[in-house]
Amino acid sequence: MALKATRNSFGETIAKLAEKNMQIVVMDADLGKSTMTGEFAKKFPDRYFEMGIAEQNLIGTAAGLSLAGKIPFATSFACFLVGRYETIRMSVSYSNSNVKLVGTHAGIGIGEDGNSQMGLEDIALLRSLPNIAILQPSDDLETQQAVTWAVNYKGPVYLRLTRQKLPDIHKENYNFQFGKGDLVKSPSQLKSKNKGIALIATGGVVYNSLQASEELEKDGISIPVVNIHTIKPLDQDLILTLAKDYKTLLTIEDHNSIGGLGSAVSEVIADHGLGIKVVRHGIPGFGHSGSPEELYEKFSFSSSKIKELIRSII
Amino acid sequence: MLSKFLSNDILLFCYKIPLTLKKRNKKEVRPMMKELKSTQPALHLEEEEIKRLKEIAKELRIWIIRMIQQAGSGHPGGSLSAIDILTVLYFNTMRHRAQEPEWPLRDRFILSKGHGVPALYAVLAKSGYFPMEELLTLRKTNSLLQGHPVVNTVPGIEASTGSLGQGLSIAQGIALASKMDGSLYRVYCMIGDGESQEGQIWETAMSAPKFSLDNLVVFLDYNKGQIDGHVHQIMDLEPLVEKWTAFNWHVQEIDGHDIAKILSALDKTKGNVGKPHLIIAHTVKGKGVSFMENNIDWHGKAPNPEEAERAIKEIEKIEIN
Repeated sequence: MALKATRNSFGETIAKLAEKNMQIVVMDADLGKSTMTGEFAKKFPDRYFEMGIAEQNLIGTAAGLSLAGKIPFATSFACFLVGRYETIRMSVSYSNSNVKLVGTHAGIGIGEDGNSQMGLEDIALLRSLPNIAILQPSDDLETQQAVTWAVNYKGPVYLRLTRQKLPDIHKENYNFQFGKGDLVKSPSQLKSKNKGIALIATGGVVYNSLQASEELEKDGISIPVVNIHTIKPLDQDLILTLAKDYKTLLTIEDHNSIGGLGSAVSEVIADHGLGIKVVRHGIPGFGHSGSPEELYEKFSFSSSKIKELIRSII
Repeated sequence: MLSKFLSNDILLFCYKIPLTLKKRNKKEVRPMMKELKSTQPALHLEEEEIKRLKEIAKELRIWIIRMIQQAGSGHPGGSLSAIDILTVLYFNTMRHRAQEPEWPLRDRFILSKGHGVPALYAVLAKSGYFPMEELLTLRKTNSLLQGHPVVNTVPGIEASTGSLGQGLSIAQGIALASKMDGSLYRVYCMIGDGESQEGQIWETAMSAPKFSLDNLVVFLDYNKGQIDGHVHQIMDLEPLVEKWTAFNWHVQEIDGHDIAKILSALDKTKGNVGKPHLIIAHTVKGKGVSFMENNIDWHGKAPNPEEAERAIKEIEKIEIN
């Protein structure tokens, strides 16, 4: 099975798109080797800007470039980029500037480097800022399509990417639709097999959620899985449809359990007074060092742990 | 509009003559200057131009007082310290079209010290971007004129600022795009002295020379005051010339209320020197109103109607020579 980190998919895609679109600019803050912008830098040195370890200036300069017609992709680790929250608030969100913020190294999935390098609150922070679209693709193909969409969309976008390699979920004929949830595992037609739970996942943990659901299927339990690649604006209609058919929505994200996908789903449920249960599975506090696999066990993101979680809810 | 730019260019050309002369020994040049004055229409034009700019600045000072008084809040000190520079930029140096605010080749101005926006609104209105009467709606609930600059809503405003330190980065980004496109438009920016305590200012101080942005001209409105007190007491910036020079900028130091000196400094930013330009403009907070001048209390306080009346009377008495 092909494995690729979404940061790699981004690097390859942007280098390819820039052949045809001359307005694309890529900027780094001394993390180009990690944000995978090397190919672009090599092919288009005149459109690549190394800004050094100065993220505020990175974001502000990107805003200026966009005001003059460029399509800048400002890249760094999610935590460092979104850490300059107020710069994003003014120069990107309030200005509605055509800046694409690319935050890699999302979640505890980065492993050994530990908490200081993990983007764990970025979605929570950015979700409250007007104008910014928040995307988190779950595999290579979806990342390619999301990056292509971001280039063509006029307005600020935040793209949240993983350091760790991810297996393919989508088939070649997949069609990324901005703002639409993606049903990666359909519910069983047999009502007796449904236990009243639907899974809603985003990013790197979509695969693990899918695997957990497939394993449960063998035990005669059928749980649908929805991939949310667009966290903002959220596919409200899909959430409302799920709320009609299921008693519990289990959200899974490698992000703090406050303010991310789980909160976004809960808001829809609360706004419509639906009174069903939302279990928000995320990171309860800070992350720490360890191998990605061990951390996913520890924080219950492995498929077996997700399976256990589902069983405990049933 | 084209004729306006042509005439500006002619004026620019004209005052280049005496400016070059000034670089020489003053005593030696003075008699020559006198002679030139009597014979050269160019010098007459230069004097006329300076007088014209002074008249505009004087009128706009009154508008600044009026609009802040009407608003009941705002920042008169840093608006009055900035107005002479803004007047020179908008009515002499910058190529821009009030009737076509999005003209791609326009020179850009970014007010990084966004709280000085009454001065910016005043030059924009006077240039014809919107009616002068609009100025009196400053800070009111349904007005376009927000308390700090907002891009995409007010014609002529190039960036949303007000959170200090960010405008200079934005100006750098636009200057970079101009270079990438091989465009000739230039980017002017004004930062504050208090604002220079922000780390982001120094991030850009470091990066603009790396990109050889000689199309970026930054004025530092050095009025020596900030909300909590004198800049040198709050967080001293000195030695400023040495700092910016060490960061590899082309640095000039001028009196920011002397129109001729502002023109001359701007003139020295022309040509490709490979370095961004910083003009440290020594200014007086509240310039033109005696009771506001150098008084920190007038950083962010509106005059009441009586105070505004007194201020306007004082400004009206400013002699233009």
